[in-house]
Amino acid sequence: MSGSDPTTTGAAAGGAGIPAGTTGTDASPAPASAGELQTIVAARRLREAQSVFIGVGRPSTAALLARIVHNPRLVLVYESGTIGAKPYHVPLSIGDGELAETADAIVSVPEMFNYWIGTGRIQVAFLGAAQIDPHANLNSTVIGDYEHPRTRLPGAGGAPEIATGCREVVVIAPHSVRTFVKRLDFVTTTGDRTTHVITDLGVLEPDPDTRELVITQIHPGVTPEQVQEATGWELKMADELRVTDPPTEAELEALRELVAR
Amino acid sequence: MAELCSLAEAVGELVHDGDSVALEGFTHLIPFAAGHELLRQGRCELELIRMTPDILYDQMIGVGAARKLTFSYAGNPGVGSLHRLRDAVEHGWPRPIGLEEHSHAGMANRYAAGAAHLPFAVMRGYAGTDLASHTNVKPIACPFTGEQLMAVPALRPDVAIVHAQEADREGNVQLWGIPGVQKEAVLAAARSLVTVERVVERLEPRPGGVVIPGWVIDRVAEAPGGSRPSYSLGITDRDNDFYRFWDKLSRDRDEFTAWMEEHVLGNGVASGGGPECRNP
Repeated sequence: MSGSDPTTTGAAAGGAGIPAGTTGTDASPAPASAGELQTIVAARRLREAQSVFIGVGRPSTAALLARIVHNPRLVLVYESGTIGAKPYHVPLSIGDGELAETADAIVSVPEMFNYWIGTGRIQVAFLGAAQIDPHANLNSTVIGDYEHPRTRLPGAGGAPEIATGCREVVVIAPHSVRTFVKRLDFVTTTGDRTTHVITDLGVLEPDPDTRELVITQIHPGVTPEQVQEATGWELKMADELRVTDPPTEAELEALRELVAR
Repeated sequence: MAELCSLAEAVGELVHDGDSVALEGFTHLIPFAAGHELLRQGRCELELIRMTPDILYDQMIGVGAARKLTFSYAGNPGVGSLHRLRDAVEHGWPRPIGLEEHSHAGMANRYAAGAAHLPFAVMRGYAGTDLASHTNVKPIACPFTGEQLMAVPALRPDVAIVHAQEADREGNVQLWGIPGVQKEAVLAAARSLVTVERVVERLEPRPGGVVIPGWVIDRVAEAPGGSRPSYSLGITDRDNDFYRFWDKLSRDRDEFTAWMEEHVLGNGVASGGGPECRNP
């Protein structure tokens, strides 16, 4: 519940379905959907990480995938107080029983925030949001005016202090003009520690001087024009725009097996 | 010393119209049975306090029992929105509701300050956010180093209600699994009720078990299955299908009202029916 996109569901965590018409007699697996690729790219960010703080949905799927494919010693931390959880299934909530049963330690919420998050003990945080601005600030509070909101969103949850407590923040968000807006209706969480924004179209990173997000990587088959069209401001492109390495067979197989559990 | 009694008696004695009431449990051990009993007894004009309002508060807000909600994350965990809460905030149905919102760290520290009977807690938080100007927090300088920190006011609810796995006959309570802020809520509140899955002769020590001595609790009531569709680790499982079902059902006012009437309000009625305020 650390600000995961409230408009998507945990059930779609592995990706919004496999492209139609690709199953059948062909023995090779269906190509990765945009959602699956986003999850796989997010998992790659955790190759070297010691610990990661995660909300529900795609971040949780990505972190579990990272433990399977890249980094079996990765410590998963959920804000429910479960430290070192090793769930077999992708949890629906951040407090599913399987998290408590498989954790190295379970702590109270005050302890989680004061002793573990606020102190910088957790290396990477995966966050989602309903809106993100050019400096990676996030809104998960309201769309429209605060007193008379058009859409009331769930609110801050753990995100504000997770984003200033963890050493590195990775945002996972769907790439659309609804989400990527020039100006937030409400700043729930600051983007000061954000290192990567991983979308279904590519990866954005802050410019080291201005902190403005720059698109540095696009997924295979995606054009720079497509990315610009899905962004609500004039997006800066990196001088050397990289193309994301396509998913390996091992990554894709492991993800599909994980989601099917 | 905690008095063991029925859930209906405990709610009737401890909770009054207009009270600030914290029904806690972080995803785990949410006291649904007690919340439903509050509604059956017609409690109203409540200030509901809870870090994660969850389905229980969606139900209580949807029938109009609350004047105010104090919270930090109002979603259906892993599923989406709380539609009854959104309807109350966005359209004032069935009545407008006041909101006071914090971050999880802020709420957790507010409970901890309340449990310590301190006026406020100090933390690093809310920095750079719009939350700071929309809620009740104030910057404070460290008297030793001058570091800018944030002060959050203590939470001292009139009543705290939590659910646990077990109590003994003296009213000592033990819960295990995700402990949330239950102990803090009980110690912060003026009055407290703990519902339990079962009453046992003797509490057996459990790994990670949190014991709350009976002498700081007012009432203990047996309520088997009392956290469903949340769960009580080791006894019941979280009903994830119900959380998904609620997302569909709760979108429609009439379907919601009919469901509440059939499954909550008309079920074991203690005071003759729906939530009517005795002292508006």
